[in-house]
Amino acid sequence: MYRTQLAKQVSTKRILLKQFSTTSQLSSWNDIPLAPPDKILGITEAFKEDKNTKKINLGVGAYRDNQGKPIIFPSVKQAETKLLQTETEKEYTPINGSKTFQNIVKNFIFNNSNKDANGKQLIEDGRIVTAQTISGTGSLRVIADFLNRFYSSKKILVPQPTWANHVAVFADAGLTPEYYAYYDKSKNDLDYANLKKSLAEQPEGSIVLLHACCHNPTGMDLTPEQQDEVLQIVQDKKFFPLVDMAYQGFGSGIPYEDIGFIRKLTALANSNKIPSFALCQSFAKNMGLYGERTGSISIITSSGEASKAVESQLKKLIRPMYSSPPIHGSKIVETIFQDEALLQSWLSDLNQVVGRLNTIRQTLYDRLDKTNYNWDHLLKQKGMFVYTGLSSEQVIRLRNEFSVYATEDGRFSISGINDNNVEYLANAINEVIKK
Amino acid sequence: MSKFVGVTELPPDPLFGLKARYNADSRSDKVDLGIGAYRDNNGKPWILPAVKQAEQKLITSHDYNHEYLSISGFEPFFNAAAKVILGGDSLAIAEKRVVSQQSLSGTGALHLAGVFIKQFYNGNHTIYLSQPTWANHKQIFEYIGFKVASYPYWDNETKSLDLKGYLAAIEDAAPGSIFVLHACAHNPTGLDPNEAQWDQILKALEKKQHLVLFDSAYQGFASGDLNKDAHAIRHAINNRIITSPIVICQSFAKNCGMYGERVGAIHIIATSQPNDALNRAIKSQLNRIIRSELSNPPAYGSKIVAKILSDPQLYAQWEQDLITMSSRIHQMRAALRGKLEELGTPGTWDHITSQTGMFSFTGLNKEMVDRLEQVHGVYMVSSGRASVAGLNEGNVDRVAKAIDEVVRYHSKSKL
Ligand SMILES: Cc1ncc(COP(=O)(O)O)c(C=O)c1O
Ligand SMILES: Cc1ncc(COP(=O)(O)O)c(C=O)c1O
Repeated sequence: MYRTQLAKQVSTKRILLKQFSTTSQLSSWNDIPLAPPDKILGITEAFKEDKNTKKINLGVGAYRDNQGKPIIFPSVKQAETKLLQTETEKEYTPINGSKTFQNIVKNFIFNNSNKDANGKQLIEDGRIVTAQTISGTGSLRVIADFLNRFYSSKKILVPQPTWANHVAVFADAGLTPEYYAYYDKSKNDLDYANLKKSLAEQPEGSIVLLHACCHNPTGMDLTPEQQDEVLQIVQDKKFFPLVDMAYQGFGSGIPYEDIGFIRKLTALANSNKIPSFALCQSFAKNMGLYGERTGSISIITSSGEASKAVESQLKKLIRPMYSSPPIHGSKIVETIFQDEALLQSWLSDLNQVVGRLNTIRQTLYDRLDKTNYNWDHLLKQKGMFVYTGLSSEQVIRLRNEFSVYATEDGRFSISGINDNNVEYLANAINEVIKK
Repeated sequence: MSKFVGVTELPPDPLFGLKARYNADSRSDKVDLGIGAYRDNNGKPWILPAVKQAEQKLITSHDYNHEYLSISGFEPFFNAAAKVILGGDSLAIAEKRVVSQQSLSGTGALHLAGVFIKQFYNGNHTIYLSQPTWANHKQIFEYIGFKVASYPYWDNETKSLDLKGYLAAIEDAAPGSIFVLHACAHNPTGLDPNEAQWDQILKALEKKQHLVLFDSAYQGFASGDLNKDAHAIRHAINNRIITSPIVICQSFAKNCGMYGERVGAIHIIATSQPNDALNRAIKSQLNRIIRSELSNPPAYGSKIVAKILSDPQLYAQWEQDLITMSSRIHQMRAALRGKLEELGTPGTWDHITSQTGMFSFTGLNKEMVDRLEQVHGVYMVSSGRASVAGLNEGNVDRVAKAIDEVVRYHSKSKL
């Protein structure tokens, strides 16, 4: 039923204005086709309409507790309460966000709160330009616009598969996205040999998008050794690395431990083997600030001199798009990081969230029928998702016969699973994989 | 960064640069008349009581969370916002002729409007801006690739509206061009057309079937009355003066004092007749644009404004707050003019009180403004635009004396 709905929507295709009216003013507009709806939203809609009381939504990319409810991190709640009592202004921040926020991000991520000497050096040398952005998406868009204007290559290599919006963000900014091999669905594993091969074939100087951790949608990350090999290709081919870090902390439960890849890059930047790279970072997931749109772009430049120019150009890009970023989320971040007790409680909140996801992942694994099907990949994957490897036919059967809603690539958002529905879900999956 | 080409260092944005110089100035009696934000009589930023109360209610409500909004934004917000600007009884809303979406404040709305118009508008892609206008307008539209032109607005001789020049520019522009109009409290001049002039302007625009893009960043700030300040927009739409496309870019930055929260909306009236299919298509395209720029807009500010707009007691408080702000600004205009006249400062100063909104276009030239900053520590934009909100009972004397000194200094040196 869902499928036919979707098919109908898509086939509405082009709305030719002239069909609807003949008054002359309609010629004011070109044909405005109906843009296809967002896939995840379509799922949410269909889920809402489903009357089955056992229905499960595995489409959402936001955390749900064991009762299936959204949460506010207790540390965030505390920070907000404090903010409400102490806030005396709601002024504009600078175009690139408040200095305090920028410094918090630099110190937290690149200095890794005093654990990364290379990152620390880069900060001291003035080689990191950080700007607050409209969460991770806005960060990706700003860097894409920047690269489109100033970088020598328009080609950006993205993993196959990747977050659904990456391609749209890059293409709309004028870059040319192209896939590199990443995952082999038939083996439910990284397609590592082809990954290296397909990167090595690309022209020198291309931009390459790399997920820092908890790859979306597959949950499969490179091992530290594989990261080294890929970074060697990056050096050999003089690629510009663009790193997307939307799930810091969801791998290990500890944000400081999920940035091994960034630390490799800061070392390479410090020795000028990879003189510059960029990092898109988001607090949407790891602080549960989704809708507050809180994140950042950092560009690591070759010198402090270059940084000044880069920063001025970044501001020039942002000013005509939205002038300055929204303050509520960034003030929450500032409040948390400026209070050691709050910082510790945030780290513990995050750890609990990730703990629940890992527990329920294991519970699901335990209940799955392994007679004809190997589910070991579930336990290797990290983050908010399980990439089941189910075919689109199986996903559609889950939807139609069991009211289990997920995207057709077989990606399940684990946060939709809890103690009350895991049994039902496992049984449904066991049913659709029966030979 | 050898693979980067043309990354040269730019001078700072003039407004943000002014703020940086002001902050670096160590004189204790410095005055900031550059800021585009309200200050109370102690020179301090002010969170509106309506906003504080709404915040309290919001974050203690049981269903408060930080979930993603939909791509279009918070529906209770953008629907209520349409009523604020078009009126609760607007026929255009009743007939479902308005497509509304949340935006990143006024700037984000203008940007979104520009991107949408660029992709789908079938008219003449030249954007006409008032001469002078808000500094960012030109950049916003040039960034998207529009040709930007200007129409006469301010007559420096008479310090009044150059209506003749304005109407001539409307007439001379190719049919179906795009005109950006400040809905009220024109920035930087503080000079608005009167109702009769608006009628003439709108009819001239209609005659040439120009697309009308209203920038509404100061509703309630000019007169203290939300309805009065929406006159031009409502006259154009509710009285069906304009049948060509209308786009409204609405900001709650100033009238809610929520500058940094980035709350705004875009409202598109694509045709003068209802057309559901067209409006659905427009909405889907706006969503597509938003999705690849920012996914979905920031939640907090829009929830605060929605609370204020949906709660009669908070709404009444907000209207009161608008009067508090606009009447203080009014008093400061009168005080500044009074002092200058008392001092016998060369020139006429009645324009200071006839202008409305946050700004006064003082008529001081760049040299005078420079001297104000250097000798007196009084900061304003080089065009001579002063933010009246920066004045208060504690500094208006000093500012008047400083202006008096620079005017006399420069008129002497000319002799
Ligand atoms: C890989 C990846 N990058 C970036 C984002 C952007 O998220 P946001 O804009 O909400 O920070 C997401 C969100 O789902 C994501 O999965
Ligand atoms: C005329 C005008 N339009 C739009 C804006 C946009 O402001 P914001 O993006 O803060 O809503 C401003 C702000 O100064 C303005 O003066």
